[in-house]
Amino acid sequence: MHRTAVKQVIMEGVLDANDALAQANRAQFDAAGTYVVNLMSSPGAGKTALLERTLERIHGKLRLGVLEGDVQTTLDADRLSRFHVPLVQVNTDPGFGGECHLDANMVRSGISELPLNDVDVLVIENVGNLVCPAEFKVGEDTRVMVYSITEGEEKPLKYPLMFRSADLVLVNKVDLLEHLDFDLEQFLGYLDAVNPGVERILASARTGQGVDEWCSWLEKRGAPS
Amino acid sequence: MHELAIAESIVQIAGRHANGRRVAKVQLKVGHLRQVVPSALAFSFELVAQGTPVEGAELEMEEVPATGSCRGCGAESRLKAFPLQCGTCGGFDLQVLEGEELFVESLEMEEV
Repeated sequence: MHRTAVKQVIMEGVLDANDALAQANRAQFDAAGTYVVNLMSSPGAGKTALLERTLERIHGKLRLGVLEGDVQTTLDADRLSRFHVPLVQVNTDPGFGGECHLDANMVRSGISELPLNDVDVLVIENVGNLVCPAEFKVGEDTRVMVYSITEGEEKPLKYPLMFRSADLVLVNKVDLLEHLDFDLEQFLGYLDAVNPGVERILASARTGQGVDEWCSWLEKRGAPS
Repeated sequence: MHELAIAESIVQIAGRHANGRRVAKVQLKVGHLRQVVPSALAFSFELVAQGTPVEGAELEMEEVPATGSCRGCGAESRLKAFPLQCGTCGGFDLQVLEGEELFVESLEMEEV
């Protein structure tokens, strides 16, 4: 049997398929007038706690909806269910042993369960992970990252992909500053080194510091025009 | 590990273009700033390709070095590591020109 090797130049972006789906999601969000925040962080940085404080304060000012992404369990969604806002849980478990991020298709599967016309701002709480979520657009208008000071100053340098892609960094757990050897100035220097001048809010989900500022940030973007 | 998801996409793309033919080689361009670990991607690719027309194909990865142009002094420089810094004036405000690529450049397929 004679075999001939044929070379074909295709120049196809590896994430093109995901990007196209993300655009379709975005079109659907835009049509409904919903502003979408892709909320990312490492595990345990405080995304869900911050969302709890946010939902407590923003009630009556902004109609918030939440899409929760987790590899397994509905624990986060359970924590937020007491606020009675539109909420959908997407588990990434059916993927290859549990994907470590949300992609556009997973978000797409959750959208149909949300009453988008009644949601001014949809917060997509991504899977806790500092690498993979940064690669996958899901149809968001903006990317917000929660970073907690217990993670160490050098994280922006170690995970530049994520820190570079953020439009706003919520620096969480600042109530612990006095108990830790954490150098805030050094961290902010590293942050500026990978994402010069990126917006940042010093916050504590525990004491409520910075939560008003974060809520105003959301209101400015998500208020129905 | 995003290498697994990236490998899945590569295998899908190659399988679609192969149109039933066996794929012998996939040439991939990876920008330096994409944080792709070559050994992890090679391992994932081999795993995901099993049972597809891409099984056994060679994955050739070519890294694209990162370059940027400085918004301060206008110079272009090679960017090796974070923080991304202008090689001429030391400024940090740079526009990345190359280094964010992630695409399948070509495929080699066997015609019977």
